[in-house]
Amino acid sequence: MSAITGQALAARPAVSSRRSRRRRRDLAGLLYVAPALALVLVFFVLPLGTTVWMSLHNWPLLGLPRWIGLANYKALWNDKAFWRALGFTSYYTLFATIGLLGTGLALALFAQGTGRAVALYRTAFFLPVVIGFASASLLWAWLANVDSGLFPALFEALGLTSGRVNILATFDPAFWSVTVMVVWKMAGFYMVILMSGLQSIPADYTEAARIDGASALQRFRHITLPLIRRPFALALVLCVSGSMLAFDQFYIILAGGPQNQTVTAVYWIFNTSFVSFRLGYGAALSMVLLVILVALSVVQMWLLRDKEEAR
Amino acid sequence: MSLALDTPAAASAGATPPRPRRRLRPADRLHRALFHLAGILVAVLFLAPIAFLVLAAFRPAAEAVNPPLPPWPKAGPSLDSFARLDGFGEGIWHYAGNSLIVALATAALTILVSVLAGYGFSRYRFPLKSLVFVMILATIMVPFQSILTPLFLVLAKLGLQNTLVGLVLIYVTLQLPFSVFMMRNAFDAIPKEIEEAARIDGVRGLKLLLRVLTPLALPGIVSVGLFAFLNAWNEFLAALVFLTDERNYTLPVMMMVVRQGRFGSIDWGALQAGVTLMMVPCLLLFLSLQRFYIRGLTAGAVK
Repeated sequence: MSAITGQALAARPAVSSRRSRRRRRDLAGLLYVAPALALVLVFFVLPLGTTVWMSLHNWPLLGLPRWIGLANYKALWNDKAFWRALGFTSYYTLFATIGLLGTGLALALFAQGTGRAVALYRTAFFLPVVIGFASASLLWAWLANVDSGLFPALFEALGLTSGRVNILATFDPAFWSVTVMVVWKMAGFYMVILMSGLQSIPADYTEAARIDGASALQRFRHITLPLIRRPFALALVLCVSGSMLAFDQFYIILAGGPQNQTVTAVYWIFNTSFVSFRLGYGAALSMVLLVILVALSVVQMWLLRDKEEAR
Repeated sequence: MSLALDTPAAASAGATPPRPRRRLRPADRLHRALFHLAGILVAVLFLAPIAFLVLAAFRPAAEAVNPPLPPWPKAGPSLDSFARLDGFGEGIWHYAGNSLIVALATAALTILVSVLAGYGFSRYRFPLKSLVFVMILATIMVPFQSILTPLFLVLAKLGLQNTLVGLVLIYVTLQLPFSVFMMRNAFDAIPKEIEEAARIDGVRGLKLLLRVLTPLALPGIVSVGLFAFLNAWNEFLAALVFLTDERNYTLPVMMMVVRQGRFGSIDWGALQAGVTLMMVPCLLLFLSLQRFYIRGLTAGAVK
């Protein structure tokens, strides 16, 4: 390479110096992005490729991995515990998404106005978003505790339950306390996302519709909904994929209980890989989860985009 | 410190002239009172769990075992719970230090890497540029939870398993799609003329980036650093998986030790104190920098 440049330099100095300057600029651009590229390659692309490779092996923590072809995937097909975890994750995703987007939209419509008080309300609704899932889950583990927590004592004092009931001991109340926690913690996030759509609606539209005698419901259906479709699509994708990956809250508050009924997909992968140390099988489970998630995102984007363009 | 959430509406409302104030009819006034009543009720509902926790953390040991009705210490505030928290492992400040190191290092490295990359993508042309850009952004499509197992092996190969350095590198990588995108847009928004003027004055290369362009991109840099800090401070699953030696635990992982209890009983007072320690830095950072937080959130969302 350098020999060619040397010859060219001797023959046509002007052209080659311009070319080498361009090459130098190319090189500079690559240098600037090199650290980011290196991190993504080493800590993302390489592990992603390795996931596929590992899923085709029996891969213990210590000792040599052994090639077993598609045996992990065959085993996975009959793994009732995994499918049950995936089923529970979908069940949770359904209710968490309804709760989060419903509450988020209600908060956004309520707090979209201007003024100092409304800004304060928005800040209050948003504060739980910034505290982190581990903190929120630990907080909820205490609030829902039967001996020292708030909820059982409060329900008893209000006469809702006779005596103090352990709400984390049976599936339904345990599931709903976690779901309520997630709605409390994340609704403010979806409020902000949806509000970015509401604010793109010019005030004239609603004003004009109001003058023309459109009811509040009609204005919502025909002006608000179509204009927030894009941020709504984004909120939906974020919410569904976030819920499908739920781990912290079920691990910290319920430890997968009662009777392992609240083990989510990520929780099951965590158990397989880092408690039982069946790394190859864990990788195969990860691949299935990954494919499901990418497919879900693509389907949701396609559904919502298609409608918008068809209008 | 302003508590106003800086949303586009608030900004545009400032730009348009205020509507002339009509005198309110009684029905409107009732409507408004009901609106604020609802607003205050819901706001209190959202703030209550945080307030209960912080208040309860200051109860003395005798009260800490009781349900928080009321949550505040009846016999005067005490730091008992915080003191007992120090009896876990190496003492709570050790783990708070670990968390702080990880969060600060993640923020610093994320800023460094994404400023360089954002500048490179904004101002230079090089082969495969758009492919590399798309590849960095596309990592957001793949949840990191699904590559935990091989990441564990990659860290082991690099001799970084069970180290804070390894954890920081992973956190930085997770921040990159958002951060590089933010910084590329931030540099795109700076007019080229400024750069040309600086070049004519003889400022070039890295010096140009640091002295001239970085101050202009500062709002974006603050957003990127803020998100990196908060996400690293709060992250749980990767820390749980990759840190195996108790000495290296970050706060969330250490708090799991408190939550699991000793000799079959859980010290809820210590748990309240620990969670207070985890929450308060996030709340303070958000309240003082919320303009940058919301801007980062909506910039990521709208585009």
